[in-house]
Amino acid sequence: MITLTVNGQRHELDVEDDAPLLWVLRDELGLTGTKFGCGIAQCGACTVHINGKAQRTCILPSKAAEGAQIVTIEALSSDGKHPVQQAWLEEDVPQCGYCQSGQIMAAAAFLKSHPKPTDADIDAGLTNLCRCGTYPRIKKAVHRAADLAAKVKA
Amino acid sequence: MNDISLQPRLSRRAAIFCGLSAAGGLAIGFPVQAAAKGLRKVSWADGQNPKPEMTAFLVIDPDSTVTIRLPHQEMGQGTSTALAMMVAEELNCDWAKVRVEYASANRNVRAAGKLYGGMQTVGSAGVRSSVSMMQQAGASARERLRLAAAQRWKVDPADCSVTPGKCLHKASNRSFTYGELAPDAAKVVLASEPAIKTPDQFKLLGKWTPRLDTAPKLDGSAQFGLDAKVDGMVYADVLSCPEFGGKLVSVDETPIQGRRGVLKVVKTEDAVIVVADRYWRARSALNLLKPVWASGGASKVDSAQLDKAYRDALDGPLVNAKNVGDAPAELAKGGKIVEALYEAPYLAHAPMEPLNCTVQLAPDRVDVWIGTQAPMAVLRLAAQQAGVAPENVYVHNHFVGGGFGRRTQHDELVHAIAAAKAVGKPVKLIWRREQDIRRDRYRPQAAVRFKAAMGPDGTPSAISSQVAVGSLLRSLGASKVENGVEPMAVEVIATHAYKIPNNRVDVVLKNAHVPVMFWRSVGASQNTFFLEGFIDELAHEAGQDPYQFRRKLAADRPDYVAVLDKVAKESGWGTPLPKGRGRGIAVVDTYGTVTAQVIEVSVSQAGKLKVERVVAAVDCYHAANPNTIAQQIEGGIVYGLTAAMHGEITIKDGAPVQGNFNDYPLLTLAETPPMETHLVLTGGPRWGGIGEPSVAPIAPALANAVFAATGKRVRKLPLKHADLSWA
Repeated sequence: MITLTVNGQRHELDVEDDAPLLWVLRDELGLTGTKFGCGIAQCGACTVHINGKAQRTCILPSKAAEGAQIVTIEALSSDGKHPVQQAWLEEDVPQCGYCQSGQIMAAAAFLKSHPKPTDADIDAGLTNLCRCGTYPRIKKAVHRAADLAAKVKA
Repeated sequence: MNDISLQPRLSRRAAIFCGLSAAGGLAIGFPVQAAAKGLRKVSWADGQNPKPEMTAFLVIDPDSTVTIRLPHQEMGQGTSTALAMMVAEELNCDWAKVRVEYASANRNVRAAGKLYGGMQTVGSAGVRSSVSMMQQAGASARERLRLAAAQRWKVDPADCSVTPGKCLHKASNRSFTYGELAPDAAKVVLASEPAIKTPDQFKLLGKWTPRLDTAPKLDGSAQFGLDAKVDGMVYADVLSCPEFGGKLVSVDETPIQGRRGVLKVVKTEDAVIVVADRYWRARSALNLLKPVWASGGASKVDSAQLDKAYRDALDGPLVNAKNVGDAPAELAKGGKIVEALYEAPYLAHAPMEPLNCTVQLAPDRVDVWIGTQAPMAVLRLAAQQAGVAPENVYVHNHFVGGGFGRRTQHDELVHAIAAAKAVGKPVKLIWRREQDIRRDRYRPQAAVRFKAAMGPDGTPSAISSQVAVGSLLRSLGASKVENGVEPMAVEVIATHAYKIPNNRVDVVLKNAHVPVMFWRSVGASQNTFFLEGFIDELAHEAGQDPYQFRRKLAADRPDYVAVLDKVAKESGWGTPLPKGRGRGIAVVDTYGTVTAQVIEVSVSQAGKLKVERVVAAVDCYHAANPNTIAQQIEGGIVYGLTAAMHGEITIKDGAPVQGNFNDYPLLTLAETPPMETHLVLTGGPRWGGIGEPSVAPIAPALANAVFAATGKRVRKLPLKHADLSWA
């Protein structure tokens, strides 16, 4: 048995210790916003927050997340108005949308450590892949999210 | 000419309101979020219990919510918003109350395909193939609503008008909402169809409009095929024979016997499928199996041999595909002759959502949950594989997590049906990334040899082109291509707009054992690299500016000239650059759209390449939604740069070598250059496509820029293998 705290709720789960967190979230808990892209932690479609840090979950054993606060895209905000979601909406970032849960979770964690990022910071800090090529809008939206977050704080 | 700069642009909100108030048209000052909920719930019903409807394309609820049924699929290209805009433009409804859902493939097959047509989303054709149909659906519904209002009021229809979402009788100051009128309007039969608007009358079409499908893609609620949930479903993972054409001999199941959750090992002709109660259990069990494969005869084939085979095939025999003037005679005259050999590798589609589907089999019915570009193809394949009538197959299509051509051939569905048959339960089968890349049907490998004679005026008096490439149609089993010429094999090389007095194109369709198929922009993706690279060589041979050289060769095409001029102006073409920095240009007419691109690169002395900037000028003649057009241009540039810089599938021991993003890398955010897109719309009767055109010119623009920076001409993709160092 593994005990996971996901989006503020505790779950006792009868899964193997090495079951990847991605699949436990999707198939045991029905949280399908987190996506499967590569299975080798290269693309970031499976990114969630673990104790506030962005983590790729497709190769992360569930046991390793025991005791941690896990937050998925479904609970990034209660109303879809997290500054990153708001900025993504205003820039109309997604195309197919499949990678965007991961992009948003990665960007939200990134902005906590880089509240006023430069383009170079974004280049270095955001490494999730997007096959549709939404990168130019992601870059704009990250700057916009930083501005929105600064306004909220002010 | 309508010249629209897509960047820099106003903020999203400002663009909407400014654009529309300037147009003085539809009142669509809607809250962004309300509209963005439009596609949150795509109907999975697929023709079951349809609501009372105006037409097969349109349902109007009592609260005037308008549901538009889409004959095309949403795979990120924005078609769902563009098609809804076409209906709304004519219907004159409240845009905030517009919803969209997929049209039913099942209903379409029951109507012998006459209801929604082919329904496939390919060839950048969503907008241009459906614009009249969707406009007519909206216009027809609007007219029937107006006539229904006149009947209720018992007044002359000429005294009834429409305002967004309502019909009015001004004389008596009465009105009905569309929702109130819809049941009556559904019974109105028109004597003749009303005329549809011409582009100069558009008020909504052509305006920067937020996508209908954005909000659900920001909170995890958008449903992709991978997210389908069916009661009682189990999961499957699959491994196909590494060598294309090889067969499964046997597999020892003992390593996974008694393993938790494992239900069954299913053997097909060339694959092993493990079915388990959870996907990760199927996957980890499959990892323990060591199937024994038999070669299909290609186990010694590798890329070096294939490279040579395609080059050698250029020596003939070949079939003539185009013949203008007499190129061989002109070339035989001697003078200045330029020759070059170009090559391109196999490429995988690699959509972010790996192929997957969920199937449920009943004795007389099949349900398929999937993300597809081609629901009718899914329906037919499922019917054939499960042995039921096509009328009894229901395709529950989802948001498509990237298509790029791959999701027109559903090899994963064959595996899923085999697995569902074997376990007697609904099965969700997912191709892991390695399977997705190694069992793709690739963009074909190709080699092209050009020979040109330069005339005294510095323009080519003759070009002879020989093309060796795989046939897509033969590989798909769709056609034998008996005459030996396939349009995709020679597109661009045979269909360019340049005025070459003597131009001959010969082709040999040569298929290896590796399956090939349509890949975003198809033949244009490699052929534009070849032709536009060679044209650049000719410009330099003639001592002419590559932009002016192209402009001269395409002088009788105002659309070419316009995009070339625009891209040159916006990119600062001709302004001096330091050594190690250069600009390259390319232009092409594909999918009904003319695209010119300029790339600026820097190359370090050690040969490290950086793309500094991309400027694109595009003439798609009319713009449905500039927002999604800009996205498609940007996305196509990224897709094309990925291929040009990194992309290759190589073959070793008859099998693809690359299998995941570590060895088949995609362009990253850090590698993505700043880009500007400009629309130069010349109007007229034709609408251009937009999903694919910007992919094709990027590789030649890049290689031409590298030449300008370093003096090194790259004629073989990807660029990562070229030594770009300079002194």
